[in-house]
Amino acid sequence: MQLYKAPNADIKFNLEAFDYEGQVASIDEYADFDLDMAMSLLDEHARFCENELLPLNESGDRKGIHFNPDDASVTLPEGFKEAFNGYKEAGFLGLPFPPEHGGTGAPLTLAAVASEVLIATNKAFSMCPGLTSGLIEALEAHGSDDLKGRYLENLITGKWSGTMCLTEPQCGTDLGMLTTKAIPEGDHYRLTGSKIWITFGEHDLTENIVHLVLARLPDAPPGIKGISVFIVPKVREDGTANGVSCGGLEHKMGIHASPTCVINLDNAVGYLVGVPHKGMRAMFTMMNNARLNVGVEGLALSDAAYQHALAYAKDRRQSRSLDPAKRELDHAADNILVHPDVRRMLLNVKSTNEALRGLVTYIAINIDRAHHCADEADRQKSDDIVALLTPIIKSYATERGFENVSECMQVMGGAGYTQDWPVEQYLRDVRIALIYEGTNHIQALDLVGRKLPRHGGRLLQTFMGEVTTLIRGSKDTPELAPFISALKERSKQLQAATMELAGKGMSDQEEAGAAASNYLNLFALTTLAYIWCRQLTHALSVGGAQQEAKFQTARYFFDMVLPEADLYARLASVGKAPMMDFNVDYL
Amino acid sequence: MIIGVCLKQVPASDSRIKIDGSGAGVDASDLKMEINPYDEFALEEALKLKDAKVAKKVIVLTVGGSDSEQRIRDALARGADDAVRLDDAAFAGSDSLGIARILAAAAQKEGVGLILAGKQAIDDDNSQVPAMVAELLGWPQVTVVDKLELDGGSFKAWRQSGGGVRDVVTGSLPAVISADKGMNTPRYAKLRGIMMAKRKKIPVYDAAALGLDPASVGAAGAKVTQVNWSEPPARPPGRILSGEVPSMVKELVTLLRDEAKVL
Repeated sequence: MQLYKAPNADIKFNLEAFDYEGQVASIDEYADFDLDMAMSLLDEHARFCENELLPLNESGDRKGIHFNPDDASVTLPEGFKEAFNGYKEAGFLGLPFPPEHGGTGAPLTLAAVASEVLIATNKAFSMCPGLTSGLIEALEAHGSDDLKGRYLENLITGKWSGTMCLTEPQCGTDLGMLTTKAIPEGDHYRLTGSKIWITFGEHDLTENIVHLVLARLPDAPPGIKGISVFIVPKVREDGTANGVSCGGLEHKMGIHASPTCVINLDNAVGYLVGVPHKGMRAMFTMMNNARLNVGVEGLALSDAAYQHALAYAKDRRQSRSLDPAKRELDHAADNILVHPDVRRMLLNVKSTNEALRGLVTYIAINIDRAHHCADEADRQKSDDIVALLTPIIKSYATERGFENVSECMQVMGGAGYTQDWPVEQYLRDVRIALIYEGTNHIQALDLVGRKLPRHGGRLLQTFMGEVTTLIRGSKDTPELAPFISALKERSKQLQAATMELAGKGMSDQEEAGAAASNYLNLFALTTLAYIWCRQLTHALSVGGAQQEAKFQTARYFFDMVLPEADLYARLASVGKAPMMDFNVDYL
Repeated sequence: MIIGVCLKQVPASDSRIKIDGSGAGVDASDLKMEINPYDEFALEEALKLKDAKVAKKVIVLTVGGSDSEQRIRDALARGADDAVRLDDAAFAGSDSLGIARILAAAAQKEGVGLILAGKQAIDDDNSQVPAMVAELLGWPQVTVVDKLELDGGSFKAWRQSGGGVRDVVTGSLPAVISADKGMNTPRYAKLRGIMMAKRKKIPVYDAAALGLDPASVGAAGAKVTQVNWSEPPARPPGRILSGEVPSMVKELVTLLRDEAKVL
């Protein structure tokens, strides 16, 4: 039973709350994309996703993909090709990309909020446009004009798709260990090596597949500083096959309709993107968007699960209310929404989902501003916020998202565990989001080891400046007072934890590593408190039932979720001893 | 040839319809509106004829207030070239004949050579307007069509006429064709189409612009008067049989035959 409906009303609420029109549509090149236009685009996108992609979600999961050993081709489940064609013909693939290369030229904000709906209706499908977008961004930022001219339009219009070939059997998180070789030959290179876990590395949706490959030149320095990036097409521009082949598929827990391939490069022709040996820098420029998008995956499936759990709960009658006055004696049992714990579970999910949707919007708006504001100081401020909050949305939204889907399953009891409902699929599909695109602990290390120390701690100062501005601006709004005072407390708690971590981590990096994951969660909860305060500020101007619903949801968040910050603050300050003093022989 | 597509906005098909307090109509305050689904088939057929270069232009004809503008823009986004909105205080309270007079006048003003419309609107389900438009214009008409072919100045239309019988009707243009489900699969708008549609100007024609006598349309010209609106009676509760299976089956069959009269 697929009940999902795109939450476009709440998406619109967030675009308003974070002043999309003032912050993004006011930038010259986005003048066409006011809120009204934005919602028209997003509504048509949602209609397509609900009508065309949602019906393929379950069948894609059950049927999966097929590897044909005879010709090493991969066949996607029935209906995926038609859906992909529809998606590309409507122009959705090119939404945020330049019109001169066949895109629509919309702000990235719209692509980010649209991707929630794309993922929620069919996460496996969403992987293909997702990876292709990553490749397009890398080419846009670092490719030569010649490469852009040859590749961008076909990728943006969906004639071709793209992949990211990073991982090799011996190197996952530690990319410095990669061994794929690239030998110069005239105006191009010859690449040889084996890449694994290549999403949509081979499939039958497009006539060509363009791989972005990390490899080493013969004179490359060892480790992470010797990696270069190449474009390697499956079919060369003259129509002949390149030395690229699919060596097989992984059998995964979830996203069954998304082929995860072994890609073998055998003397394949490739083209250098950017500067030799500076490949990792090129990879990092697009990582913010990719990591934001993985965070969105946590939110998307959490909301999809919530919609089903809520529908189930509204219909389900079991046991009697603990309050005799609320019992409906003309029924054999009361609706399960009378039980405090059912409400607790649903509200845990709802109050974090709505905050995470706000955080996605806030980060995405800042990505647009970091790239396009006229003023250097504005760009820098937004870039600071994006850099700081990207590991947080990636890690926290996926960890919480997974927990939320599990909580939704709990609301539904045994029914949620069966294939009669899609929640068990969501649980399997979302789990990977905690792992790929940099595991969640890598995000925590990125936050603690790179983002906090960067520019002498400026990123955190920038964000805290935003928090302080909000607190000051709210002092004459009595409705916000309890929320603002909690936010104030929590930012003090976060700053204290940051000082402690910096002190300990400076002298002993193992201390930082031990505290990082808990510290990130503390940071995330404080950030979500900030997001809720921004949303409430806007809710006051909306009024009516929407204001009331936002205030009640926020009340739940501040009373029942935010206190988790105390636990994380406590855990972050325990130090490394319980782990590092432990004798590994006893593991 | 210019194709005119009659397009009406209706409450979304999954809406819960409430009668307003005075019993004079539907309470539209919380309703989400959409293009009448049968009109979407008409629009798609027109767009296909344009894609095939059989038609030169597709123009949307809508009787409605400014609240219907978004639906018109949806149609423009999918590929209609132009649209006119037909709006006048004198149009209020029109019955099917009044609406047909307005649409027929607009079609003539725009030089339309083929009118495509949904076979019915899913709000009031009258199925009258397309036939009346044809009659007013003196054009041939075929209703409930699920396949259409044009050849020069003539058309061939397929329709289900009940009992499994399929009619094939031929005739000459100009004509009015009303579309049934199954005629085609309506397309999605392209993002660029949505952006272009936003910028398009939608002219508004009143009675004077259409050369209509205000007394012939609206409440003044209506032959049908709505007396009262009420909700259908609530469905009686279902019955759950109990006892041994063989006796329950017997009882069920008896009930289906004697009470429900479906066997």
